[in-house]
Amino acid sequence: MGEETRKGVRELSPLDIYMLLPKTNCGKCGEKNCMAFAAKVVNREIPIELCTPLVEEEQYKSEYAKLKEILAPAVKEIVIGVGENSIKVGGKLVMYRHEFTYYNPTPIAIDVTDEMPESELMERVKRVEGFTYNYIGRTLKLDMIAIRSTSNDPSKFRSTVEKVAGATRLPLILCTFNPDVMKSALEVIYNRRPLIYAANRNNWRQMAELALMYNCPLAVFGQGDLNLLSSLVKTLLEYGVEDLLLDPGTFPNDGLSETITNFTMIRRNACKGGDRLMGFPLIGVPMTVWLKKDAPKEVLQWKEAYLAAILIARYADLLIMHSLEGWVLLPNVILRFNIYTDPRKPVSVEPGLRIFGSPDENSPVMFTTNYALTYFTVESDIKSANIDCYLIVVDTGGISVESSVAGRILTAQTVADAIKKSGIEEKVKHRYLIIPGLAARLSGEIEELTGWRVLVGPRDSSGIPAFLKERWPPKE
Amino acid sequence: MGAEKEKKQGEEGGAVIRLGPKILELLSKLGEVELEDVEIEAEELEIWVPTVIPQVIPAQPAPAAVAPPKVLPEKPAEILAAEFKPLTQTYLGRIVEVKIGATRAEGGSRGKVVKIGGEAAPSFYLWEEVPPNPPAISADVFDMEVSLPRALRMHVQDVIGDPAAWAKLAVDKFGADMVTVHLVSTDPLIKNTPPSEAAKTIEKVLQAVDVPIIVGGCGDPKKDAEVFKRVAEVTHGERVMLSSLTLDMAEAGILGDVAKAAKEHGHVVLAFTAMDLNRAKELNRRLYEYLPRDSIVMDLTTAALGYGIEYSFTIHERARLAALGGDVELQHPTSSGSTNAWAAREAWMRLGPEWEPRELRGPIWETITALTLLLAGVDMFMMMHPAAIHTVKEVVKNLLNRGRAKPEEIADWVTVKI
Repeated sequence: MGEETRKGVRELSPLDIYMLLPKTNCGKCGEKNCMAFAAKVVNREIPIELCTPLVEEEQYKSEYAKLKEILAPAVKEIVIGVGENSIKVGGKLVMYRHEFTYYNPTPIAIDVTDEMPESELMERVKRVEGFTYNYIGRTLKLDMIAIRSTSNDPSKFRSTVEKVAGATRLPLILCTFNPDVMKSALEVIYNRRPLIYAANRNNWRQMAELALMYNCPLAVFGQGDLNLLSSLVKTLLEYGVEDLLLDPGTFPNDGLSETITNFTMIRRNACKGGDRLMGFPLIGVPMTVWLKKDAPKEVLQWKEAYLAAILIARYADLLIMHSLEGWVLLPNVILRFNIYTDPRKPVSVEPGLRIFGSPDENSPVMFTTNYALTYFTVESDIKSANIDCYLIVVDTGGISVESSVAGRILTAQTVADAIKKSGIEEKVKHRYLIIPGLAARLSGEIEELTGWRVLVGPRDSSGIPAFLKERWPPKE
Repeated sequence: MGAEKEKKQGEEGGAVIRLGPKILELLSKLGEVELEDVEIEAEELEIWVPTVIPQVIPAQPAPAAVAPPKVLPEKPAEILAAEFKPLTQTYLGRIVEVKIGATRAEGGSRGKVVKIGGEAAPSFYLWEEVPPNPPAISADVFDMEVSLPRALRMHVQDVIGDPAAWAKLAVDKFGADMVTVHLVSTDPLIKNTPPSEAAKTIEKVLQAVDVPIIVGGCGDPKKDAEVFKRVAEVTHGERVMLSSLTLDMAEAGILGDVAKAAKEHGHVVLAFTAMDLNRAKELNRRLYEYLPRDSIVMDLTTAALGYGIEYSFTIHERARLAALGGDVELQHPTSSGSTNAWAAREAWMRLGPEWEPRELRGPIWETITALTLLLAGVDMFMMMHPAAIHTVKEVVKNLLNRGRAKPEEIADWVTVKI
């Protein structure tokens, strides 16, 4: 299997990097010394290029090349687009996220065609750009536009591509198997470095020429045949095309098993088997569900939604979708965000006392846990209702209320300790503590241990404003 | 492969030995380098919110402008053949098979039994193994009036408060393989229903449907222990699954009694721990004192999509890989409470017209929560929405049915007119 085996990302130690550095401790990289730099590099916190002597000085040329080689991800990182409007795809170091972390969250491209009326075309592009969802203080967005030539007419495709390129800065995917049609569009927007989709068994040579001529990344369509895919990759690499993406084929219904098995086998070969032909980003195409035309629209949207999720969980590095419905895309942009969070860092916030608005000695006191998602949800509910209050953030090691109660991490004792530590007892005259509805079980013990009276709050923090209106100040 | 592997291990072992003295040498040379510089971030608890597209490894700069046409040397004139050979692995461990439910011949009264587990490869690694049992679905039923989001309530409106009728609906209409009866009314803080009455509810459900039954407690360890003991007795031989047994019960000194009752009456238990594999192993070790391994299923905690699903995804992947790697204390099938998806506000809350209809957003949330964990290795799902149940069943069927892809069907996706 494979020509040679490289050290996996987990086997790489700071020493492996250090040995190849200048070892002068010059500090140009901003670190104290070369060893500290090596440790950060091996943890992928900073790029090796921050060591300027290594990059610039002739004497380190072979070390730099070696470092680039041993630090290269199992799945090549490909850039689509240019400058600040570019997007990085692939760059995966590991097969399982717990082995390190996943880089470059799967971009989602939405399709348009060269036969859409101009108003519809512009409207779709606008909707892709306008899609945003605010999730724990971050804005989730869509990433790319895939332009399909359904007309197979070079001039039509060219004019559509020009219109789209003029309307958006988002990176583009040009989709046609016809090299003449592709060429006609590339001529006008090659400087945007679009993804050329795609080379197949018939057109590979012309597509390779276009990719080389215009220096654009090239997708390879395997159509379910992994031997063909391997062969095409080998051929294209020999041809001189280096920036490849692989579409093994997305079969939405009967072929779902092939789809997922193929994606998994390919990623396994790339990450564990040193199979360099498979070490390229994978393209999933959930919009193949739309090939089935006799089904109701909602059914196809439903299928596209869960097919996208399956592909995000199983190694797709780029998705091409059709549905623009919020309920189809929202679970997928959130799933992608979740799966691509760094498992090495707990998603938590600093525990302690938070003050909202201008509370006084009679203002409500509540508590929640330091799981980032729980905290930001509660915070946004308090802020949007303009409530003056104190919120004690209890350290649960970044676990939610429900799980930390179940796991006995959030107990009457930890709450009592957090109250003491917060200094809230000097800030308010009353002794009423509003606790999350999901921690109701702890009421009695908290009262016993702290001497505070407990008011059981809502199970979801969206109920806080209504709860306070009814229950605060306490009537007893 | 085996020889190659050994060779590789040998080389690596050698490398470590070779580097051994060097490490010391280097560290002594770098007197000022403290180990804290090397061990990074383990202690850091700063707010860390990842960017949507982290720009972490700028391995290659984006090309700023046009590259001129290139002239290249010899190029292949035809496709160079390269066979794809999937890397295949063999595993030391195998997941135990657990049977839930018992037929008349087996001492129970079920028309169908459900077997889960038995895998000897990660989930859906079909080129290595076709798993012996498909993942199964159990529908949630409650023993009293409960508050449900509208998208869920509309499907069970007529049967809320009647667990037997609800169970029948879930089996006949939703296609559930099993039914989980959540005895929430037994909670001392709710209705404090006595164990004898809870047991009657279970008997009624057993009469209403012929699929295996899962008995869900209220979450109060002491009360659950009493209820489970009683239910275990009156359902003798039915091989129900008691959901769930916890380390809290162990702490209260009542785990042994419940486990013994399960053993004595031939039932299965669900061992629940909160996202912690060491605790999962500890609970299993305690259960081994009373129960055979094939009577234990694990619940490692299901966090909803958007509310920590990444923790659940990763803990299931880790558990399964560790089990296949030979960790016997984790070689149990797993169960996911995918109905937890509805705890995510995105599943039920009004978010504005662009995110409607909630009648679809809710069930797709439950569906994707379950499917994500299906791919991480979960063997059975406790679910609620009929569309979510239907979809997960269909996906499982399609995922297991290899060899039906028709390449010509997707050949023209680029030109499809929608």
